[in-house]
Amino acid sequence: MSGSEPVASVATRFVELEGRGMRHSLLLAALALLVAFGLYAAHYMEQSGHHVTGMSNQVVWGLPHVFAVFLIIAASGALNVASMASVFGQAGYKPLARLSVLVAVSLLVGGLFVLVLDLGRPDRLVVALTHYNFNSIFAWNIVLYSGFVLVALFYLWTLMEGRLQKHSRFVGGLALFWRLMLTTGTGCIFGFLVARPLYHVAIMAPLFISLSLSFGLASFMLIFFAIQRFRGSRCETTMQERLAKLLSLLVWTAFCLMFAQYVFAYFSTTQGDVARFVLLSGDVYTVVFWFGQVGIGTLVPLMLLHRCKRRSNVSVVMVSAAMVVAGGFAQLYVLILAGQALPLRLFPDKVIVESSFFDGAVATYVPSVPELGLGIGGIAFALFCICTGVKVLRLLPDVRSGAGLA
Amino acid sequence: MRPSVAVALMFAFMATTAPAVEQPVLIIPESAGAQCVEATSVMRTQHMKLLFAQRDQTVHQGIRSTTHSLTNCVACHANRDAMGHSIPINGNDQFCESCHRYAGVRMDCFECHASVPDE
Amino acid sequence: MTKAKHGDTRTAQTLSDVSRRGFFRRVAAVATVPLTAGTMVVALTRAGNADEAVTDASRWGLFIDTTKCATGCDACVRGCNEEHGIESSARPEIDAQWIRKVVVEDTQSKHVTSLPLMCQHCADPPCVEVCPTGASFKRADGIVLVDKHTCIGCRYCMMACPYKARSFVHESLSNQKSYSPRGKGTVEGCTLCVHRLDEGQGRQPACVEACLSGGRAAMVFGDLHDPDSDIALMMAANQTTEIRADLDLDTGVRYVGI
Repeated sequence: MSGSEPVASVATRFVELEGRGMRHSLLLAALALLVAFGLYAAHYMEQSGHHVTGMSNQVVWGLPHVFAVFLIIAASGALNVASMASVFGQAGYKPLARLSVLVAVSLLVGGLFVLVLDLGRPDRLVVALTHYNFNSIFAWNIVLYSGFVLVALFYLWTLMEGRLQKHSRFVGGLALFWRLMLTTGTGCIFGFLVARPLYHVAIMAPLFISLSLSFGLASFMLIFFAIQRFRGSRCETTMQERLAKLLSLLVWTAFCLMFAQYVFAYFSTTQGDVARFVLLSGDVYTVVFWFGQVGIGTLVPLMLLHRCKRRSNVSVVMVSAAMVVAGGFAQLYVLILAGQALPLRLFPDKVIVESSFFDGAVATYVPSVPELGLGIGGIAFALFCICTGVKVLRLLPDVRSGAGLA
Repeated sequence: MRPSVAVALMFAFMATTAPAVEQPVLIIPESAGAQCVEATSVMRTQHMKLLFAQRDQTVHQGIRSTTHSLTNCVACHANRDAMGHSIPINGNDQFCESCHRYAGVRMDCFECHASVPDE
Repeated sequence: MTKAKHGDTRTAQTLSDVSRRGFFRRVAAVATVPLTAGTMVVALTRAGNADEAVTDASRWGLFIDTTKCATGCDACVRGCNEEHGIESSARPEIDAQWIRKVVVEDTQSKHVTSLPLMCQHCADPPCVEVCPTGASFKRADGIVLVDKHTCIGCRYCMMACPYKARSFVHESLSNQKSYSPRGKGTVEGCTLCVHRLDEGQGRQPACVEACLSGGRAAMVFGDLHDPDSDIALMMAANQTTEIRADLDLDTGVRYVGI
């Protein structure tokens, strides 16, 4: 098929995932196994208590939170493809809109899976859903996360149901607004912490929005290209190049905001310590920052996606997207862990010489297997939902002529 | 035969032929006295409601009157072994567990609360 | 004086009730023995009552004179641990510490100070603001507590606390004290020994009591709203500071000498 015309000048036909499903069933089984492993890890953590994890009284949020925050903000950003189609009138993205909503909802429930199962008392989820302290941004986020699932599913319904399609623009707008609130709220979970110098900055909210767009699109692209490859097809070239260019732009924006965050912090009196700790100290976070966040997560994908020729090479694009995702995990790892590892400055003109509660000392954190298991279980749960969704619902754009199914 | 009728008959059969489950027997120490703070019928149905009300009063308002306090329950109802040491009140066949096992209701209290009286 | 009826949830008092009660309290107050080096007998001038709801007529706080605090002494920590049944585990990073001793050195003068650090019982607590379920709350009389029935163990309050005052229970506990329930998966912190306070017998928090019996008397506990209490007199007589005063939290714990 030719690559120069946008696909959706003609109404796109949507289908379920084709084929008899042997490979698909195996994939679902593998994912279910990973989910089961994640559930077992959570059970182990809950039964024994969190002493089996690397988290402590100094570092209270660890690897599960890195996974959970990534999945939640990627979920918000993954919906952007559908928003571009419905709200911003970019007809070229219409064939991807339905899948985009499924990916968004799945990533979010995957993130919630990890977040809820890491609680000290996950059996008290009902308490969390019935007792709200509306002074807490966390409580607001619980409402925003649950509401997002409902709004997004409603949006999907308007996209799929013929009679409701005329409302898809409005509902898409509502979903867009909701996810901007959600991402801002997630950023504010950190931003509202007066005690932590790395977090208590206004740039947290726009930074999180920009990260969500970048991680969300990268995640969506990986999933979409993988599905197409699974079907023995590929993404149509113009669309691929468009997505690659957009990803490039979003990575640039995220980089600019991250640059602003750290430059400002470095020259600030209140944040100078933490900025130097992250950027220069040589601790593990410095390595993850420069190598993971800046190198793999930003510079390499930008270099790869810079050239037009490379943007049309699907492997290059997939690798770039994967790198953005990896860099995203690195960025959140630095943000969440380094923000806790550096000790609180309780006495500005004094040095803490001794404390039995590790005041004044850089806290150590070593991720543990149960935490990693739970995080992977969350990703697997999200992918499981996606794989099930594309099989039972008509969400995928029809495979045009070209390569048959493998 | 219609499926719903079959299911109904099956349950009826199970209900009539199921082995009888023994009613729980509460072992209450003699030192507890003859009478609980409320009547047995009240306690059987209302004890959680009373405890919920008491706990909110204690935690949020600092009212520590002992009538419905969990500490008071434990002090009276925890049995002692042959050597005079208190047996945890949520232990097997002890006061709480004998009814809770029968009713199939999980107890959360003694994750945090002391299951023996202070010595 | 009105007695709270069973199930009565009134916590507010009218102004006239407060002033009338205050007058009776002052008249009936136990006098404070003058401070002498090394010994001090203190009684609370405004005692609570186990059957009454607490009100905002009182605000409980601590006055800590770090010049009387010795670097090697941890009587307050041991007192607290013993009172609440807090034990060490194999991993010090996960041990609960409701109060700890911190030794600081001035960067310029190299002067070394030692002080006990615990929940500061702020008037505007960040931990209360951020708790999603409202489990972290401030009682009417100013004591900041965790309602462990509602705590889901999210540890957000621990992230929010500028003093790292809270601990998370990382393993199953047993042999809890009946007056101090503690359990795995919930967050906990200094309670100013509310179980002692609410009895209305004038007992001090365990840390203060331990410091007194250790002979240092560096800590004074009392009602900040009572102008005749020891703590109010000490606050009036000394220049006190809050830790992290820049955050404007109006802590109930004030220090001298840092």
